[in-house]
Amino acid sequence: MLDYTTKEIKPREALRVNPAKTCQPVGAMYAALGVHKCLPHSHGSQGCCAFHRMFLTRHFKDPAMASSSSFTEGASVFGGGSNLKTAAKNIFDIYKPDIIAVHTTCLSETIGDDLNAIIQDIDIPEGKYMVHTNTPSYKGSHITGFSNMVSGFIHYLAKSTGKKNGKVTIIPGFTNPGDMREMKKIASLMKVPFIVLPDTSGVMDSPMTGTFTMYPAGGTKVEDIIELGDTNLTIALGELTSESPAETLKKKCNVPYKTLPLPIGVAETDAYVMALQEFSSEEVPYELEEERGQLVDIMIDIHPYTYNKTCAIYGDPDTVLGIAEFVLELGMIPKYIVTGTPGILFETRAKELYAKYGVEDYKAKEAGDLFLLHQWIKNEKVDLLIGGTHGKHIARAEDIPLVRAGFPIIDRYIHSYMPIVGYKGAMRLAELICNAILDRKDRDDAEEDFEMVL
Amino acid sequence: MSAKEQVLENYSSRVYKNRKEHMVEVNNNDNNNMITANVRAVPGIMTHRGCCYAGCKGVVLGPIKDAVQIVHGPIGCSFYAWGTRRHKAKKVEDTDHYLQYCFSTDMQEADIVFGGEKKLKKAIEEAMDIFHPSTIFICSTCPVGLIGDDIHAVARWAETEYGIKCIAFSCEGYKGVSQSAGHHIANNQLMRFVIGEGDREPKSKFSVNILGEYNIGGDGWETERILKRIGYEVVSVFTGDSSIEDLKNAHKANLSIVQCHRSINYIAEMLETKYGVSWLKGNFVGVEATIKTLRDIAKFFNDPEMTARTEDVIADEINLIEDDMEYYKSKLKGKKAVLYVGGSRAHHYQLLLNDLGITTLLAGYEFGHRDEYEGREVIPTIKPDADSKNIESITVEPDQEKYHLYLPEEEVNRLKEENFLGYYGGMVKDMKDGTYMVDDLNHFETEEFIRLLKPDIFFSGIKDKFVAQKSGVLSRQLHSYDYSGPYAGFRGAVNFARDITMGIYTPAWGLTKAPWKTTPTLVGTLGGEA
Repeated sequence: MLDYTTKEIKPREALRVNPAKTCQPVGAMYAALGVHKCLPHSHGSQGCCAFHRMFLTRHFKDPAMASSSSFTEGASVFGGGSNLKTAAKNIFDIYKPDIIAVHTTCLSETIGDDLNAIIQDIDIPEGKYMVHTNTPSYKGSHITGFSNMVSGFIHYLAKSTGKKNGKVTIIPGFTNPGDMREMKKIASLMKVPFIVLPDTSGVMDSPMTGTFTMYPAGGTKVEDIIELGDTNLTIALGELTSESPAETLKKKCNVPYKTLPLPIGVAETDAYVMALQEFSSEEVPYELEEERGQLVDIMIDIHPYTYNKTCAIYGDPDTVLGIAEFVLELGMIPKYIVTGTPGILFETRAKELYAKYGVEDYKAKEAGDLFLLHQWIKNEKVDLLIGGTHGKHIARAEDIPLVRAGFPIIDRYIHSYMPIVGYKGAMRLAELICNAILDRKDRDDAEEDFEMVL
Repeated sequence: MSAKEQVLENYSSRVYKNRKEHMVEVNNNDNNNMITANVRAVPGIMTHRGCCYAGCKGVVLGPIKDAVQIVHGPIGCSFYAWGTRRHKAKKVEDTDHYLQYCFSTDMQEADIVFGGEKKLKKAIEEAMDIFHPSTIFICSTCPVGLIGDDIHAVARWAETEYGIKCIAFSCEGYKGVSQSAGHHIANNQLMRFVIGEGDREPKSKFSVNILGEYNIGGDGWETERILKRIGYEVVSVFTGDSSIEDLKNAHKANLSIVQCHRSINYIAEMLETKYGVSWLKGNFVGVEATIKTLRDIAKFFNDPEMTARTEDVIADEINLIEDDMEYYKSKLKGKKAVLYVGGSRAHHYQLLLNDLGITTLLAGYEFGHRDEYEGREVIPTIKPDADSKNIESITVEPDQEKYHLYLPEEEVNRLKEENFLGYYGGMVKDMKDGTYMVDDLNHFETEEFIRLLKPDIFFSGIKDKFVAQKSGVLSRQLHSYDYSGPYAGFRGAVNFARDITMGIYTPAWGLTKAPWKTTPTLVGTLGGEA
């Protein structure tokens, strides 16, 4: 397995090997699927759209609907305006969405299609909407694309009437429907009126009923996005993903925002709860306090197995930082953390986090890849890997247990229904981590040391 | 009104005019089953097609295990082709194996603005330094063609600089109208720079190439197993579990057996013209089809001992699977299927379904050409359109030194006249009257045809699998085999039958409706109504 990965680390400037990111448009597609009766549209050649739908379908084991402008060589030379016009007409005719959310690819970005101008020329049926964002694949990652699409919705739709509605805007970051449900549950328990954008719960985890529904029940409604302009505050969860759309809403409608890390683990869930409490001035309900207490109880119960265990975490920046903080709370040492998404802020935040826990022996890398991570591990092994499916080769090559968390997980089921955020999500993450460690112990212990009770 | 008319009537006149040409009710039309295929997709219609890059790098080149395949472009294209198509390959001594790796130049904005050639060269330098490969492929993606990076010049530079083989593939996603263009581009370059370079003499005159077999889930291994059992020598497989060294020797074989006609017919034709290697269209999907193919191969080699051995092996293999096949047939007989797959399986799997007593109601290709639907006899009447005219078509001449014929020329010609060699009859001849062929079936049509035809199983890909299942229809993927396989050959037939049987009989289908939805809650409804 991965036999050509060398222990010796030679600097690489140009060759990317086994990336820990993918490109912008799939993030935009995911964000657009979090809007009710929205059809994501990929303005480029159709291969991108096919790949992105596959990526999402493989992760969620659910349909991911999206259309494409289907560029040909002609359109690539002369511009894709007429492709988008034809597409819009066909989409409204045949698929009848309330809103089409257009994103771009490296093709339409390189030729410089002016989406603003093209969309203005399109005859959009009464009561329907068409929005867009630019998502050049050669900048950032899928996280950037997600962020851009959320900003795109706000830019086109959010309106301020001058009268506040007493609600909080929650931007949940690039997370699973299970996480979005958990974030909403906490806000509901705190009795805070809120609008979540985007919200893929009820869309990418829709139930089996025997009838396929093109636009499932979930997703943020267009009228709610419009209303975002009147919300009193935005809570942007995941600084590297959600701050930029929060900033867009501030610029456009003067809604102030508060940026928090993804609520993974005790401290960051506490921060989320406190931010909600500050807004609502409601007491934190006992249910949440109970959940929190259960979580801490669990953490103390399992400490003999987690304390000082080392791990490597890879994936999307906010998720990796969140998981790193939670494992630190568990007494573990996240020796290596890697994100493929570029942006030096990741390393800055990592440094602050490690300083908080007094950990000095670590490596954190933005714009890194799994080849580099594997090389680090070859030089100094860790006890556990935490990330998406693409790390499974390293797990096997180095015989390290893998805990699957983040995007994409394409070789396991059910995960997207379950949260890793909130106290409940932290419990699940703790269970996954502890089980992986104990399963390994059961496998490795000598027969005479094999224990019934652990 | 036919199902076809019912589906079409929902379209606006423009889309109607376009799409009706892509639908044929078999033997119930005035056009001799003529279909429109291999033309551009309608924007916004939700086609399931991919792009030229996918056809070149993802399909034809991807399985070649000892080439470091560097995708020149932003990260996505490379990432999505990483481990997602199940072309299996074994690690063997003296041959590199890079299929667990994903290589990209990960182009950034500056590379788009100032050009990416420098970064590509640097990436090759780094790949040489770390991996020391004997072969590097460069595959271009959408922006590369637009910004004018000369990847072919870079490939020549790498060959001189490092004394390796470096081949560039200009397979930008926007070329052609589907994956199909990418097949053609890959075929051209493999013909130009690989085939014919080897000098490994086959040990036996019963030497064959298997063309268009990508070893998904181990299909190629099962095919090879059967051929080797009879006594054939497999010189090369294009390109499942293949190495460049194997491919270099393809011209040494005496016969090519074509499994996927669409993706590899260019090489099959050129191998024949340049080196005299005849080809016949085989099919190792389905028990009857496999038997026929084995007999056809025996007929070509026309050797009494091999013919006898063929029958022995067939008898033995049948004996081994007979009970299983009978059992599954008893569970599946009378079921109805719809198939929508890339460019060859929509035809091949109908034969396997026949073996199990399952009827096909509708079949379609994403990117088959008219010859896959109607047979090679229509090729002279196919007019290239503006979208595919730009796909390079190369011609080859007989190679004075390496040209060789197994059968005398007159015999080859006679077998060609009989449509035994160099011929593919297409899908339509195996379809029943009144069934449907639909080209580039889109999402809307998928939903409508499922509603109207009520199949028991919808065979397709990952993008529409869960659409079908949410509507209560079992869907099995015929691209990835839902991570199962092999499905080819004798053993594959049993695997396939087992997989669809478990799909049909999964208890959870019966739990779809909540009891409170089906139990009358109002007192006083009509008697017996639930």
